[in-house]
Amino acid sequence: MSTNKVIHALYNDDDILMDAVKKVKGEHHHIEEVYTPFPVHGLDKALGLAPTRLAITAFLYGITGTSIATWLTWYTMIADWPQDIGGKPSFSWLENMPAFVPILFELTVFFAAHLMVITFYMRSRIWPFKEAENPDPRTTDDHFLMEIPVHNNEEKLTALLETTGAVEIKVVDKH
Amino acid sequence: MYQFSGKLKMLAIGLMVIGLIGTAISFMNTPKTLQDAKDILAKQEASHHGSHGGGHGEATNDHHANTEHKSDTHKSDHKEVKSNDVAHTNDHKKEVKADSLSHKEEAANHAEDTRLTDSLNGHVAEKAHVDPSSHAGNDHDTAHHGDDHEEHAKHAFHQMQNKPWSAIYVSLIFFLGISLLVMAFYAAQRVAHAGWSVVLFRVMEAITANLHYVSAIMLVFIIVTAMHMNHLFPWMADGVFDPLSENYDPIIDGKKWFMNLPGWVMRSVFYLLVWNGFRFYIRKKSIEQDNGDLDLHKKIYNVSVVFILLFMITESMMSWDWIMGIDPHWFSTLFGWYVLATLLVSALTVICLVTLYLRSKGHLPFVNDSHIHDLAKFMFGFSVFWTYLWFAQFMLIWYADMPEETTYFALRFKEYVVPFIGMIALNFIFPILLLINSDFKTVPWVIVIAGVFILVGHYVDLFVMIMPGTVGAQWGFGIGEISAFLFFLGLFIFATFNAFAKANPVVKGNPFLHESEIHHYYIIEHRGEDNAHH
Repeated sequence: MSTNKVIHALYNDDDILMDAVKKVKGEHHHIEEVYTPFPVHGLDKALGLAPTRLAITAFLYGITGTSIATWLTWYTMIADWPQDIGGKPSFSWLENMPAFVPILFELTVFFAAHLMVITFYMRSRIWPFKEAENPDPRTTDDHFLMEIPVHNNEEKLTALLETTGAVEIKVVDKH
Repeated sequence: MYQFSGKLKMLAIGLMVIGLIGTAISFMNTPKTLQDAKDILAKQEASHHGSHGGGHGEATNDHHANTEHKSDTHKSDHKEVKSNDVAHTNDHKKEVKADSLSHKEEAANHAEDTRLTDSLNGHVAEKAHVDPSSHAGNDHDTAHHGDDHEEHAKHAFHQMQNKPWSAIYVSLIFFLGISLLVMAFYAAQRVAHAGWSVVLFRVMEAITANLHYVSAIMLVFIIVTAMHMNHLFPWMADGVFDPLSENYDPIIDGKKWFMNLPGWVMRSVFYLLVWNGFRFYIRKKSIEQDNGDLDLHKKIYNVSVVFILLFMITESMMSWDWIMGIDPHWFSTLFGWYVLATLLVSALTVICLVTLYLRSKGHLPFVNDSHIHDLAKFMFGFSVFWTYLWFAQFMLIWYADMPEETTYFALRFKEYVVPFIGMIALNFIFPILLLINSDFKTVPWVIVIAGVFILVGHYVDLFVMIMPGTVGAQWGFGIGEISAFLFFLGLFIFATFNAFAKANPVVKGNPFLHESEIHHYYIIEHRGEDNAHH
């Protein structure tokens, strides 16, 4: 099957785009990708995308940060060299715990934030010098682009998209 | 219009009646004479020796022994080593300090020490027992020994007499504070032109109706306290400001410009007048505004701005006058904020629980899952805020460990360690874990569980703020405490639902009403809602 042919339908309004997405989904066509210059609220729901699990990873990273901070403060301040510093009780970790809380808190936030951002970069494949995957430069400014793969139904799809208020429809070969 | 159901009214009245009866019983069970108090102390001491055996014989002449058994100071060798250490450093500090002071100041210092000892119920003296080799401790101890037993019995007798009063006072402040903070939150929503919360305005207004009722009780309480019918505030005792009296307290005398009875009464009455006046006016105008008059809307806005300004001032001063004044030797700068945080998170929880109840009965058709989600976010966020302030206050004092500040927490760790530490779990850990998940923030039973944790936790918080200064080691959670809570709970239910039945459940004339009705936090799914707006 020659599936490397796709249709690009361009829109110039996010409301029209949303209606078009709903209509195309209603006709049971698969939408490969939608390119927009800004976040369109509700687009992920309309496309039927699964919710993100980034928040869950952040929670786990946060717990990791707390654990590392706990271990760090315990090992350095209690286990390795328990000095008397200004009369602070260094007999056990719990006794001196209030003094460690700022570190516990900051490392929790640090791990949660940074590791989540890195996870986001990895999952969405963003890095410096990455080649941009933008099919049409106008989609970064004021146009919205919907990409639909063609499976020998070019005419039918074009006709459908024309009814959705697209300002431009073109069939391109994708490599 | 909502109809205040007969069942609910019966429940409210029933709770109030039970509460009143229980409170009366707890007053009757209070020891009337010094001898009664001594008998109770003897019983406590006997059970102490029974359970701990002869492990520490010296406890027999430690007349504060009864204060020991709740916190197990002799739990392990390790702990003893620690308290020894603390005693050392403290004594050392004291000696150095005394050397550098003039005679006059030394005398004043000694006076303070004696009273600290007294207010800590033998905390300092007990430290001295642990380390018999220290001079300062011994001197202090022998000076005290002669009339120690009698003094202690008297002291404990006063604390026992304070118990039923304190039980009422904790619940009174709890419900007064919640109603007040609901009012403040409501005013803040008005001032912020909040779009989401408009459909909840009548719920908040209904809860603030309770402010009038509890304020009336507070007024009575202020008068009764000013007439010396209870001894919750040590600075109100006779002779505290009189240099010739044996009760003379130079430290409190130095704060006389603020801590004096006429000033306290006038300020207290002023707070109540301000809050009730604004609440009455705003509620009245809000009902009038059902006709859609935008001038009224602006007027309520302006009045709310003034209210919030006055509220911030009166709330801080209220926390000094009504709560911090119980420990007149102690002071903390962020105390007003801390009390605000405790009451604010409870107020938001109460709004959420009342909203959930009314919605489940079908009286709030426009309240959807997004409104609940927002309220739960507030509960979550302000739980963290409370913890932040609690910890900031505690850690700063713990870290610097200045004796005049540390005694406050030393007493709480010694006598109240379970509620004091337990409330961290109730107020911070449980709500965080339950409400961190976005989906859970719309599930009623999860919110109810988290809300109960929060409310119990913040009751305990007020308990630990008030009780140590009034009843000290004689605290308990019994008939008096439960009854007082039930009484105010009944009053709350009565006031809230009575007021909710008196006005349209939707603020019809509000220009932001539509925005609120279609409010949708885009990330969450609304479940089981069949109203046409979605």
